[in-house]
Amino acid sequence: MAAIELSKVSKVYPGKVRAVEDIDLAIGDGEFVVLVGPSGCGKSTLLRMIAGLESITGGEISIGGGVVNRKEPAERDIAMVFQNYALYPHMTVRQNLEYGLKNRKTPRPEIDRRVAEAAQILEIAPFLDRRPRQLSGGQRQRVAMGRAIVRQPKAFLFDEPLSNLDAKLRGQMRVEIRHLQRRLKTTSVYVTHDQVEAMTLADRLVVMNVGRIEQVGTPTDLFEKPQTRFVAGFIGSPPMNFLERSALPDEAALNGSVPAGTATIGVRPEHVNLTPEGPSLALPMTVALIEPIGTESHVHLRWNDNHLIAAVRGRPAIREGEPTTAHLQLAALHPFDAAGQRLA
Amino acid sequence: MVENRPWLDFFCHVILIAGIVVVAFPVYVAFVASTHGPNDFMSGLLPLLPGNNMLDSYGQMLGSGVSTSGVPPLALEMTNSLIMALMIAIGKIAISILSAYAIVYFRFPLRTLAFWTIFITLMLPVEVRIYPTFKVVADLGLLNSYWGLSIPLIASATATFLFRQFFLTVPDELLEAARVDGAGPLKFFWDMLLPLSRTNMAALFVILFIYGWNQYLWPLLVTTDERYYTVVMGIKRMADVADAIPQWNVVMATVMLAMLPPVAVVILMQRLFVKGLVETEK
Repeated sequence: MAAIELSKVSKVYPGKVRAVEDIDLAIGDGEFVVLVGPSGCGKSTLLRMIAGLESITGGEISIGGGVVNRKEPAERDIAMVFQNYALYPHMTVRQNLEYGLKNRKTPRPEIDRRVAEAAQILEIAPFLDRRPRQLSGGQRQRVAMGRAIVRQPKAFLFDEPLSNLDAKLRGQMRVEIRHLQRRLKTTSVYVTHDQVEAMTLADRLVVMNVGRIEQVGTPTDLFEKPQTRFVAGFIGSPPMNFLERSALPDEAALNGSVPAGTATIGVRPEHVNLTPEGPSLALPMTVALIEPIGTESHVHLRWNDNHLIAAVRGRPAIREGEPTTAHLQLAALHPFDAAGQRLA
Repeated sequence: MVENRPWLDFFCHVILIAGIVVVAFPVYVAFVASTHGPNDFMSGLLPLLPGNNMLDSYGQMLGSGVSTSGVPPLALEMTNSLIMALMIAIGKIAISILSAYAIVYFRFPLRTLAFWTIFITLMLPVEVRIYPTFKVVADLGLLNSYWGLSIPLIASATATFLFRQFFLTVPDELLEAARVDGAGPLKFFWDMLLPLSRTNMAALFVILFIYGWNQYLWPLLVTTDERYYTVVMGIKRMADVADAIPQWNVVMATVMLAMLPPVAVVILMQRLFVKGLVETEK
C-alpha cells in the first residue's frame, strides 16, 4: 500500500501526438481513484504509464515515495487487471495465481497460503485446477482479480476490467470490487468510460478529456458542482441539458439566478418539472417523445431549436405532440461562460 | 446442413475408396515384392500375392546389407537417417522459433529488413544454392559428418514465418501481464510462448521430420563414407546396380522399413498435428 504521485506527467508519441499533458495528481494511500473520460482522452495511457507499460516522456511518477519513471513494471510492485483478463491460457487457475509470486521467489508455504486466501475471498477455490478456457467471463474476471490480490502489491491498477461482461454481471462485479477494495485498503486506480461505474466505485473521480484533467473530486462534488461544461455533460444519465443564454427570455424570469457573463445554462433532467416546484423558469415546450423507464420517465421536449430532457416520476399524463410547459428549478441551474468554465 | 441422399453417400464412398486404392496399392505391391525370393522377378511379372521369403529379405537387410551394391546393414543407415531427420527437425524448430521471437517482440534496427531477408530465402532452396553451400560445408570440414548432413538444411523461412504469424496472434496484454508479474524476456519466452506454441511445434515437427528423412540429394553430395549413408541413398544405390538384376526383394524390404519411422511419427503425433493446423489456443 502506498500513495501515488504524478507531477507534470506527459506522454508525447512519436509524431508529436500528445496523448497526456501535464497531469498533476496525488492519490492517497488506500484511496480508490477512478479515471473516467471518453475514448481517446488518455486515461488508459495514463494508467499504463503508472504501470510502467508505457514510457513517460515528461514529468515524474512516484509510488510509495520513490520515483518509478525508469523502473520495470515488476519493480514498481503494482498489480494490474486487464480488460480481456490476460490470463495465461495454458496454466491452471492456481498456476495463474502463483506465477507472479514464483517469479518473486516467494517461499512455497507463503504462496500456498496467499493463493488459498485469495481463492477464498473471491470464491474461486472450486476452479483452482481448471484452465481459464473452462471458466465463464465472470469467473475469469475473478481469477484476474485474484492474480492481483495474491501479490499484495502497493497498488491495484484496473484497465476497464468490467467492459467484457454483460450488464448484470458488471453491476455485480462492481459491487464486489468496491467491497474488496474497502476490505484490503489497497490504493487503486481504475480506468473506465462508464460514468455509472465511475460514480459508484470512486472515492475520488478524475474526469479527463483530450489528455488533460477536467476536474478532480468526489462523485457528489462532480455531480453537484461540475467545474466545466464538459464534466457537467459527461457525468449524469440522462445527460445534463444545456440551453444558450441568448435563447432564453429576459432577466426578470431568471430572477438573478445566473451571474452576468453566462453563456450557457445547464440543468439536470431531474430538475426540469412539468408542474412548478418552487421558484422556476417556465418555458413553453412541445412533447417530442416519452421514454418510460420503470420508476421514472424521460420526456423529450422541444422548443424552437432547443431540446430538453425532463426526468419525471411515474408516467406523466401528457401525450407526444402536445404542448406543455417545462419548469426549470432556478436553484438548480448551472451557469457556464463562453469558454465552458463554471461561473459561481 | 444435414441431407439424406443415399446415392450421394454411395458416390462419395466410391471416390474415397478409389483414392485409398490408388494410394495404397503401390505400398501393397512393395510389400508383396519384399516377401518374395530374389529370382521371382526375373520373368518380368510382378507377383500380386505375398511370397514366403519375407524373413530372409528383411533379415538380410537388417543383418548384413548388400555388399555387392556397397550397402551397409540397414540398421546403420536407419540410424543415420534418424539422426539427420531429428537434427533437421529439432534444429529448424529451435532456430525459427527464436528468430520469430526476435522479429515479433524486439524493436531492433533493420528489423523489417531482417524479416524480409529470412523470407526471401524461401526462394532459395538447397538445390539452387547447392554449390556455395557445398563449398562452405567442405571448407568447414563438415563432409562426412552429421553436422554436415543437417546444418545446411536447418535454416527455415517457412517455420519462422509460421511462428511469426502465431506470435502475432498472441494478445499484447499477455506480455504485459507477464511483465507486471515479473517475467523478463527469456522467462516470457520460456513460460508463455513455448507452451503456447506446443501444437504448432508438433505440427512442424511432423512435416520437418519427413522432410529431413526424405533428403536425398544433399546426403548424396556430402557423404562418401558409408558410415554416414542414409537409408534413402541406400535404396537408390541398391536399385541402381550395373550389369546385374536389382534384388527387388531387398530393395522393397528396405523401402518398407524406411517407411516405418515417418509413419510412426505421423501416427503418434497425429492428434497434436491436426490440432496445430486447425486450432489456435488462446
